[in-house]
Amino acid sequence: MSTAVDVKTLIIDGMDVSARQDQTVLDVARENNIFIPTLCHLEGLSEVGACRLCLVEIKGSPKLFPACVLKVEEGMEVTTKSDRLLHYRRTILELLFAERNHVCAVCVANGNCELQSIAQSQGLTHVRLPYRNPKLPVDLSHERFAADHNRCILCTRCVRVCAEIEGAHVWDITGRGIDCRVITDLDDPWGSSTCTKCGKCVQVCPTGALFDKTKVGVPHPKYPEFLPYLNLMRDGQ
Amino acid sequence: MNSEELQQISETVQHQHEQFDYEVNVCMGTGCLSQHSDKLKDALTKEAETSGKRYHVRRTGCMGLCAAGPLALVDPVGTRYGHLQESDAKAVIASLGQKPIESREIHLEQYFHGQRHVVLENAGRIDPEKIDEYIGRGGYAALLKALTEMDPAAVIDQIAKSGLRGRGGGGYPTGLKWGTVAKAVGSPKYVICNGDEGDPGAFMDRSVLESDPQRVIEGMAIAAYAVGASKGYMYVRAEYPLAVSRLTTSLREARRSGFLGNNICGTPFNFDIEIRLGAGAFVCGEETALIASIEGKRGTPRPRPPYPAVSGLWNCPTLINNVETFANVAPILRNGAEWFAGMGTARSKGTKVFALTGKITNTGLVEIPMGMPLREIIFSIGGGVPDGHKFKAVQTGGPSGGCLPEEHLDLNISYDALIGAGSMMGSGGMIVMDDTSCMVNVARFFVEFCMTESCGKCIPCRAGTAQMYDLLTKICNGEATHHDLELLIDLCDVVKNTSLCGLGQTAPNPVLSTLRYFRDEYLEHIDNHCCPAGVCACGTVDAKPQKHTAELAEVEV
Repeated sequence: MSTAVDVKTLIIDGMDVSARQDQTVLDVARENNIFIPTLCHLEGLSEVGACRLCLVEIKGSPKLFPACVLKVEEGMEVTTKSDRLLHYRRTILELLFAERNHVCAVCVANGNCELQSIAQSQGLTHVRLPYRNPKLPVDLSHERFAADHNRCILCTRCVRVCAEIEGAHVWDITGRGIDCRVITDLDDPWGSSTCTKCGKCVQVCPTGALFDKTKVGVPHPKYPEFLPYLNLMRDGQ
Repeated sequence: MNSEELQQISETVQHQHEQFDYEVNVCMGTGCLSQHSDKLKDALTKEAETSGKRYHVRRTGCMGLCAAGPLALVDPVGTRYGHLQESDAKAVIASLGQKPIESREIHLEQYFHGQRHVVLENAGRIDPEKIDEYIGRGGYAALLKALTEMDPAAVIDQIAKSGLRGRGGGGYPTGLKWGTVAKAVGSPKYVICNGDEGDPGAFMDRSVLESDPQRVIEGMAIAAYAVGASKGYMYVRAEYPLAVSRLTTSLREARRSGFLGNNICGTPFNFDIEIRLGAGAFVCGEETALIASIEGKRGTPRPRPPYPAVSGLWNCPTLINNVETFANVAPILRNGAEWFAGMGTARSKGTKVFALTGKITNTGLVEIPMGMPLREIIFSIGGGVPDGHKFKAVQTGGPSGGCLPEEHLDLNISYDALIGAGSMMGSGGMIVMDDTSCMVNVARFFVEFCMTESCGKCIPCRAGTAQMYDLLTKICNGEATHHDLELLIDLCDVVKNTSLCGLGQTAPNPVLSTLRYFRDEYLEHIDNHCCPAGVCACGTVDAKPQKHTAELAEVEV
């Protein structure tokens, strides 16, 4: 009675794995406890392929592919760890650390930050690039939350969760290139925006850019795991 | 519209021409208009009332040699005038049938010798806003032929056989792309014309749209028939107001003549085109960003696959080609695939339009058969470097391309040869540089362009180009070390291999190609803190010792 699902077999880091045809390489790798670093990806949200940390090598192609949007194919041979990939991942992380003012010691997310833990996992010990030290604002206008643009990595998780899950689309991006910034409504203060105060954006933010004002000075872990559960419940209806 | 009616329009146009002894064509492309060719045309038309001569003044599109604008061409004698002013109108008309005005006449035998006009065959010859003049020169015969004598597969076959490759820069085989969209499952299908030409110094597509818009419309209609689309979008930059206004007029004329709309040429084929204006983002020339922009979203690229051919505009199969690619379609169907494949090299067929700019005598638009050596374009057609300066490099492919030095001047222009030399065809910008240009500064200019035009979506392009720009500025200021150069080279590798779209992936090309051919200039900035061309802030070789002595003198005192 069940619908036929095509199953593919492929090799990831020398391990034979099987996958449904609609799965991505990232899905399958995680199922098999193969770690691929990601920042923009979050289970439950659409994929944008923007952070480039999940780039993997495929045998037979000189190009690199983002695992989060790469669909599995029969016989595909994927390499997720190599000196080349490690070098690229570290450099991308260096670019992020040098881009804005990421000072872990004074950050509300210290110890609960995805950027911090991925940098550790990739063995990043120092940044070779000059820090750009831009002057960026902190929006404290919201009654419960705050947005510190100094710590934002523009992963757009807040934009996507607000549009796709909450359905409010309060967050978006303004500007171009290095001047990009997340904004609420038409660059209004967060406090006077059409924000529904649901707090989903704060929970999915990988760094200390969006945080709960009451958590300053105390550990501020975030719980983005609610998303797949929420989606499951909604699909079940 | 059937072939008899087309013939009839052709004959009417011919008959109108015969009424006049002379035709004075005045270029009213953006370049000449900026030098008031509209006033010149008005003055010439006014002269008509009193001169007693039978002549006709026609507004045309770009005649090519923009450097000598405003331009005019007197037919049937073929006299060409340059730098014409409003005050010259009387003299021009008086000279009809007599000796041309010597001071204004320009001789362009060398400029046109070696050029081959396919895309530009009507440019400067017809009034771009009159569909009848286009029909009079064989226009819409190809669409009629496709609709009444060929099935879609045969059209795609002809395009594939012609060897036409995408003129937007990538050089993807057009026939293959059409075939993919035709086979893609999904409905409706869309055809998009990419007129978001944004490379610095490039104006090929603008000129085509301004001087012969019907050609592009016909190409799109043929493509729509071949792939099974019924709706088209013309994405043009808002910075091209003249192109937009001529396109708007032309679309209206094409609809009125039955070449757009329902039951085109009495067949069941329906197709119409809508214009969408780009808001000035360079990245919107990237196909997925362009599609997002048409959908009303922020113009940012998305990862491919899926390619637009499978899932494009509103997730439907979408054919997206460049203006010049569509402009080649009608001539191919009219003259046959073999005719087109007869021009060019083994893997690059046909002709290519280039915008010659920079330190070159004949700034303007040229169309040359593929395979022509760079030297011939620059020194024969382009007239070489002016003011006795020495040629240093030629930049092709815009911000995605590279700079080629003198030793590559004998390179035959083709997609593969240019890529092999570290540059690329790009959309057709060709910027010539002489010994007054600093190659580090040139690289910095293009990286700055990519930095400000980056959409900011992916990290390597957003933050990487900014870091590259800072490092290049440091080199230009004579403050960099060898370590900075190594870091720059490393960043180029990362940005090139990890960026999401073509903009980021090709952004390091200007740096890589100048490093490949002009590494000594970089080293001069780093080791001797001076700029050999005297462009950068760190000063020239000659200036340095003097400054140094002056400093020493100060110390001694």
